[in-house]
Amino acid sequence: MAILDVRNLSVDYLTDDPLAGSGRGSIALHAVENVGFRLEQGRSLGLVGESGCGKTTVMMALLRLLPQEGRIVHGQVLFDGQDLLQYSEAEMRQVRWRGISMVFQGAMNALNPVRTIESQMVEALRLHSIIEQPRAARQRAGELLQLVGIPPRRGRQYPHQYSGGMRQRAVIAMALACNPRILIADEPTTALDVMIQAQILELLEQLQAELYLSLVMVTHDLGMVAEICDDVLVMYAGMVAEYASSDAIFNNPQHPYTQRLLEAFPDVEKPGSTLASIPGSPPRLDDLPPGCRFEPRCQCQWREAICAQKVPPLVEIEPGHCVACHWARRI
Amino acid sequence: MEAQPILRVYDLCKYFPISRGVWDTLTRKPRRYVRAVDGVSFVMQRGEILALVGESGSGKTTVGMNVLGLQRPTRGHILLDGYDVTEWAQGHGPTLETDGGKPPTLPQAQGKAGSELCLATLSWRRRVMLLRERAQMIFQDPYESLNPRQKVFDIVAEPVEIHHLARSREEKEERVRAALETCGLAPADHFWGRFPAELSGGQRQRVVIAGALVLEPKLLVADEPVSMLDVSIRAEILNLLHALRRERGITILYTTHDLATAGFFTDRMAVMYLGRIVELGPTAEVLSEPRHPYTRALISVVPVPNPRRRRKRTILQGEIPNPIDLPSGCRFHPRCPDAAPKCRETDPQLRPVAPGHEVACLA
Repeated sequence: MAILDVRNLSVDYLTDDPLAGSGRGSIALHAVENVGFRLEQGRSLGLVGESGCGKTTVMMALLRLLPQEGRIVHGQVLFDGQDLLQYSEAEMRQVRWRGISMVFQGAMNALNPVRTIESQMVEALRLHSIIEQPRAARQRAGELLQLVGIPPRRGRQYPHQYSGGMRQRAVIAMALACNPRILIADEPTTALDVMIQAQILELLEQLQAELYLSLVMVTHDLGMVAEICDDVLVMYAGMVAEYASSDAIFNNPQHPYTQRLLEAFPDVEKPGSTLASIPGSPPRLDDLPPGCRFEPRCQCQWREAICAQKVPPLVEIEPGHCVACHWARRI
Repeated sequence: MEAQPILRVYDLCKYFPISRGVWDTLTRKPRRYVRAVDGVSFVMQRGEILALVGESGSGKTTVGMNVLGLQRPTRGHILLDGYDVTEWAQGHGPTLETDGGKPPTLPQAQGKAGSELCLATLSWRRRVMLLRERAQMIFQDPYESLNPRQKVFDIVAEPVEIHHLARSREEKEERVRAALETCGLAPADHFWGRFPAELSGGQRQRVVIAGALVLEPKLLVADEPVSMLDVSIRAEILNLLHALRRERGITILYTTHDLATAGFFTDRMAVMYLGRIVELGPTAEVLSEPRHPYTRALISVVPVPNPRRRRKRTILQGEIPNPIDLPSGCRFHPRCPDAAPKCRETDPQLRPVAPGHEVACLA
């Protein structure tokens, strides 16, 4: 059984209706529609898409951490067979960090600057009543730092004494404090140098193997996904465009969006090759096209009237390879 | 016209002094320096795109700042179009600050003989303006480098006003229109009444580029122009820079830590480590036959978009050491996977290994 099974998850954001005036009436923007995926214990999934396509919203929704305006319209989030969406807030608190923990985007810049790394980790350990005694908690904080490759004595330093890569490691260590079974990493290497990025990738790979973690990586960087993920979910404007194994996505992409995204990604082994860009930008949520959401930017030769009229269903074209395109098999 | 290089950098050094405490000042402890750039030389031909590649802390941005005259080099010369940038921006030769207080000997600057402009007779403001008309910068983050309260038109028109390049409103509009449309924001009147917040990331970066282009510079320093953008938009901006070179012969100094984008559109590549260039050569050659161990490591960690081609990564442990206490000998030896005993003693200099390809490594 999959440790995490998300089915038909849809999330709306409520916003003031500009026509009705503020405070009177609101409209729902469909930020995420019918997103689903399965994650087995010890495997890794990459969630890829441009900014604003709903990647982070999906993760926030399954941890039930959406902002006030966010509503889960329907769907199921089965964690170990239990639907998290039916949990009470108190039960949910038991799942966060212990069951599923998340390294938020930019978390490395959100460390408290006036407290030592160790004290911030101890606070987390005690709040989640993993360890009550301060001494034991400090001991555990040291072990966690060791696990991510930071000498434990540096726990007594402040965040400003850490480099960017070390701060990111410390944040990952914190996320591992309660021995979670799933780790969600949201853009874990943006704003880091290539070499540090490789160090973090290596760390995630090693942690995954050592702790038998399931990993969800949210990123817009296809290269990162190719390096460590087993499965890939490509999202576009709040919907799944393609969902398949990493090998299929990179070597046999079926959705035009996936194909264009791959063409836009420079490959260091083929210098001087041409880079295709995807003209235009993703649709605004308050102005979604009636048919396929990628249709206005799609340049595929099979494009026909139906693309602009009907939302393509997600079809499994071969075992484990799902595509939402009317012409998937032909492309 | 004979092919005179547009930019020549000779032995550029930029040291930032570290502030001393009261005690250190009283005891006359020698001032210490962060050696951000320590002896960088390179030449750029007209219409060339050179990538300056390195991790943060390697000094690549500092080189860009000095080229634009935004900082005063500690030592060395930068000749833009045959004129000395340092003299241009500061009005006098570089002031020398060294550890011992003794001025080192300057390398003889060349190419000043043919200068038509006599910079010394101009005011400081006029000199800076002449420099800005020749060299402009494209900043990294289009979300932060545009004034949110200025409309696109005003952002792009501001340099025109400062430089008094337009005699009338129509002329100004014409220049702004040309710059915006060159950058792919067409029709220009559709965009110029908008505020940056109404534009997407890619469009903002185009506005930033238009603001630099409106003065019709010969040299653009692009400091990580795509690192804050989505992958699908990166290609657009890089293609735009490429087109500017092809159509207008603009020279571009592209600083980045991303070897993959650099490999896609640059002619030559200079890899920097701790304030020095360690490898310099044609981009395709550097990427396919890297000679320096640092270049090899950098290339090995660039993610390849194909799980079937997962490679063995050479991950260098730790980070660039701080440039205050530089390692003896080769600066790279403490992290070098192939370091030999001699690397600890001898500081390697750039030497040619193939036509146009230079490497600073003893191995």
